[in-house]
Amino acid sequence: MSRISSSLGKDLIGLEPLSAEQIRGILDTAEPFKEISERRIKKVPVLRGKTIVNLFMEPSTRTRISFEFAEKRLSADTVNISASGSSVVKGETLVDTARNLEAMRIDMVVIRHGASGAARFLAERIPSNVINAGDGSHEHPTQALLDLLTIRDHRKRIEGLRVCIVGDILHSRVARSNIFGLLKLGAQVGVCGPRTLVPAGIEALGVERFRRIEEAIEWADVLNVLRLQLERMRTGYVPSLREYNRVFGVTTPRLERAPRDILVLHPGPMNRGVEIDSDVADGPQSVILQQVTNGVAVRMAVLYLLAGGAPERAEAAKTGGLG
Amino acid sequence: MDQRITLMDEAAVERALARMAREIVELNQGAEGLVILGIRRRGVELAQRIQTLLEAEEEVPIPSGALDITLYRDDLMEVGPRPLVGESSLPLTGVDDRCVVVVDDVLFTGRTTRAAMNELMDWGRPGRILLCVLVDRGGRELPIQPDVVGRTVSALPQQEVEVLVPEEDGRLSVELVLRNREEA
Amino acid sequence: MTGGGEGGPVLLQGGRVVDPEQGIDGLCDVLLAGGRVAAVGTDLEVPEGAELVDCRGLVVVPGLIDVHVHLREPGGEHKETIASGARAAAAGGFTAVCAMPNTDPVIDSPATVGFVAAAGKAAGASRVYPVGALSLGQRGEQLTEIGELVDAGAVAITDDGRPVMDSGLMRRALEYSQTFDIPVADHPEDLGLSGKGAMNEGVVSARLGIQGKPNASEDAHILRDLLVAELTGGHIHLQHVSTRHGVRAIRDAKARGVRVTAEATPHHLLLTDEAVEGYRTEAKMNPPLRTEEDRLEVVAGFLDGTLDTLATDHAPHHYDEKEQAFDDAPFGVVGLETCVGLLLTHFVHEERMDLSTLVDRMSRSPARAFRLPGGDLKVGGPADVTILDLEAEWVVDSAAFLSKSRNTPFEGWELRGRAVRTIVGGRTVWSLEG
Repeated sequence: MSRISSSLGKDLIGLEPLSAEQIRGILDTAEPFKEISERRIKKVPVLRGKTIVNLFMEPSTRTRISFEFAEKRLSADTVNISASGSSVVKGETLVDTARNLEAMRIDMVVIRHGASGAARFLAERIPSNVINAGDGSHEHPTQALLDLLTIRDHRKRIEGLRVCIVGDILHSRVARSNIFGLLKLGAQVGVCGPRTLVPAGIEALGVERFRRIEEAIEWADVLNVLRLQLERMRTGYVPSLREYNRVFGVTTPRLERAPRDILVLHPGPMNRGVEIDSDVADGPQSVILQQVTNGVAVRMAVLYLLAGGAPERAEAAKTGGLG
Repeated sequence: MDQRITLMDEAAVERALARMAREIVELNQGAEGLVILGIRRRGVELAQRIQTLLEAEEEVPIPSGALDITLYRDDLMEVGPRPLVGESSLPLTGVDDRCVVVVDDVLFTGRTTRAAMNELMDWGRPGRILLCVLVDRGGRELPIQPDVVGRTVSALPQQEVEVLVPEEDGRLSVELVLRNREEA
Repeated sequence: MTGGGEGGPVLLQGGRVVDPEQGIDGLCDVLLAGGRVAAVGTDLEVPEGAELVDCRGLVVVPGLIDVHVHLREPGGEHKETIASGARAAAAGGFTAVCAMPNTDPVIDSPATVGFVAAAGKAAGASRVYPVGALSLGQRGEQLTEIGELVDAGAVAITDDGRPVMDSGLMRRALEYSQTFDIPVADHPEDLGLSGKGAMNEGVVSARLGIQGKPNASEDAHILRDLLVAELTGGHIHLQHVSTRHGVRAIRDAKARGVRVTAEATPHHLLLTDEAVEGYRTEAKMNPPLRTEEDRLEVVAGFLDGTLDTLATDHAPHHYDEKEQAFDDAPFGVVGLETCVGLLLTHFVHEERMDLSTLVDRMSRSPARAFRLPGGDLKVGGPADVTILDLEAEWVVDSAAFLSKSRNTPFEGWELRGRAVRTIVGGRTVWSLEG
């Protein structure tokens, strides 16, 4: 029986530490999982008896729901802990939270946290598998994986494509994970946004910077449009949402001037009329809803690949053939 | 070197498949409502052959598909690096109330069949399931018996029975392999 | 502790004595008596009842002084106390430290200055000199009663922990402090430019997704301080300089006669922001570790005397405060017990700096900058002496620290050279043998 050639190890913290082969392995594994969500009984017994804690210390509805669907479709038992409404989290340090989870003998933790590095911090302290569902401005690997899968579905490849990430790069974990993943798979990556929201040193990661959205659209095969957090206006990174839309908004008139057919992604939730206009979001170039569908498949693949997959157990299982 | 003994050559396999196709029609009392599903990987090749034989004989299209039982394996979490998951594909007709013929190459412990049946149940509610295998080598660990068998073989535990198909292996045959293990 | 007797004579025999003030670097004896240096010379007679300390193979230097430590008391006793900090200082070879005022409450009154001074004396280890707050409550609004603080024992004023953002306040501090001939120490950082930064702004921060403090936040503030010092004629002491432009600005200012002294820290001399990789909170301090280009200029400034003073910015934190996500962990590293070992290993043994210059940066210059007694082995000066073993090989093990905190970025480093005995006022307050 064929096996995923390189194991992911215990955790999925980000795409930066993964090889191109490992990333492709996840995307390939996601393919058969797409079909499960189309069945009448949308459930396979892969994670039967496994306990997964969704530890969301920062509000996120769609990522949590997507993970929860993925977990449930793999038959895992899930518990959700969210920062608002749980005494487990209030005022407790991350170390104590980690120890408490460990004491409850859980198998996997999906963590969303406001601080960069929090997922890794947790992973280093508990034996359970840890999946990063977004840590501060660091990484959001499953989001990038579903973006990659969606691009691959439509363009049949990643290599050689020009993908421009538009918006608040500075604070965006989605941007970082996409940059790491796309570059590893051989895409060219651009970033475009107001200079206040593009971090110094970003070019050193190997990306091209576009000053204006028009230049980015001229260059790109794919646009990944990031959500503009409304608080960026209050904190003075952009003067107003109106101006942001006027200067950086992805609009139909701008896309019409593109020299080629552009695929438009958005990780959601969208601010219609700010970073993306409704006619683009709902238009033929948009694959935003397919991203959501693929999100479940990618997360199922990640859960499947990590569950119980301690690398040291690999040797014991060379002959896994059933009669 | 491994020792290999050919149990069935190409002609023998083809004769067996032709007979198995006839038995399926007999058991189902016709081709009506049949669905042929092969278990990945070599069961799929055999299922296609049986499908072709049936369609030629009965002159009706027989819906077919493939089952990948990876996610239903009972040792999934024990086998280390995750096995590659293949896609299961179901014919558009579905399996509800149909006579589903599950085709596999070798029947050994019965665990694969158990997994395939569980997966089928998640797909729908078959009217009947028939188990069709090219080789029954004995050694069952579950109370599962085939309905249609190409050849019954008594193989020792250390022996392997391999079904080779042209699409994967370049020839059609059934071979008995005695692995020459250093540590043995 | 091995007692040397209260002021009883101590003869340090046969060591290599290094005193940059007097230009001494050679084998001789040092006699300490009555809490003072009584004689320095070859083959000194052994006075009656003198304790003999065999210094053959060792180096005898004027007591090391760290003008920048955080002893956390009052208010942060779980991190460090004045007593534990003074003992850690002694174990690091320091005979005196200057305690920063950013405690809770802030050291901004004669009473609190007196408390620090008294607690320092009671510790009976290294000397502890209080530094008073520059502004009341370190709020950056109103000057403290500097004269009264000095009378109570303060040797300098600073709002360290925070910069003095109001340039007008800095001007008044640099003017007013001249009456008392004390330095105004400043943590140079433009808070507006630093924003929510938690590390150096650059390639590493972009990759880790941590907001950065740009070099410019330090550069701009250093330039401001230098210009205000030039305007007023006051003495500005710039703390923990970490940027290349900062070093260059200070070098230029010194060349044109601005009264400025400046610190280099061991961590900015030896580490870059790569040390943060893996979200290591023990590499989180303020100012942050910068790039290699900056580090090299800090080294150059330290070698040429632009950064005349080595200071550890010893900033202890309880382990569970550092055991957090990077953004949530506090700034600061401990430094007292690794400093001299690091500098001997990476500057003296690697022949980047001779021992006499290191003694200048760690004893003479800091003493002069803060007008402290000591900094040399002149007869009649305080009997504050550090004895070093340049060849002792050891591994940094934070579990063995006398400090209450363990937050060092140098854990596990293999070092050559360390202090083996620390003598304050003629009394051995710490020795390696215990």
